[in-house]
Amino acid sequence: MKADQSLDCIGLYCPMPIVKTAEKIKELRQGEVLEVAADDIGIKQDMPAWCHATGNEFLGVEEEARGYKVYIRKSK
Amino acid sequence: MAEREKLTIAVLSGDLERALAAFMLAITGAAMGMEVSVFFTFWGLNIIKRNEGSIKSRGIMRKMLNLINRGGSKRLKLSKRNMFGLGTWMMKRLMKDTNMPSIDEYITMAHQMGVKLVACTTTCGVMGLSPEKDTFRSEVDSLAGAGYFLGEARESKVTLFI
Repeated sequence: MKADQSLDCIGLYCPMPIVKTAEKIKELRQGEVLEVAADDIGIKQDMPAWCHATGNEFLGVEEEARGYKVYIRKSK
Repeated sequence: MAEREKLTIAVLSGDLERALAAFMLAITGAAMGMEVSVFFTFWGLNIIKRNEGSIKSRGIMRKMLNLINRGGSKRLKLSKRNMFGLGTWMMKRLMKDTNMPSIDEYITMAHQMGVKLVACTTTCGVMGLSPEKDTFRSEVDSLAGAGYFLGEARESKVTLFI
């Protein structure tokens, strides 16, 4: 998936990937896609919940050798 | 924009693991766009006492209490497996190894994210903590009572007692 910006959260446990995502998303414009790389398996449940709470669109998660890549579209 | 959902947390415990849980939830709530207040009472006040110097109080019993129960984020202990400090030292070491923030880092983060940190005036009075600024760390926003806590709690989507 093509992303406009990316965020590296490898090595960070919950809740840091969510906290960093909330900070990073401010740099994106509406409609742009953020790619978050993380290796804490909690991200698979946490990121959809964060998107639901904040009104952003959860695009999906890809499993990789080092962990996961999660994609979010900034919706507002 | 619609009014932000509120998260209100009361922290009664001064145990390290409970303090960590409280701050993890507080900053996650803030990251989720919630308006977060954390209300510290009884042993929870130890989390937000400043680390340096001594805590001044009046009366022999309160002086003794504040000597034995010095508090400060760097002095918090695990409630279980403290093993005279060895368990807590090991836990802090493991936290560092897994890139988990310390309580100090969590407090700074919470403050920067707009989490309100409030000390309970009643327990300050009972335990002889003078509400002047120098008892607590600078991140503490205000002092208030049970009315404030319930006022926030009744408007909150989520209320936790830790």
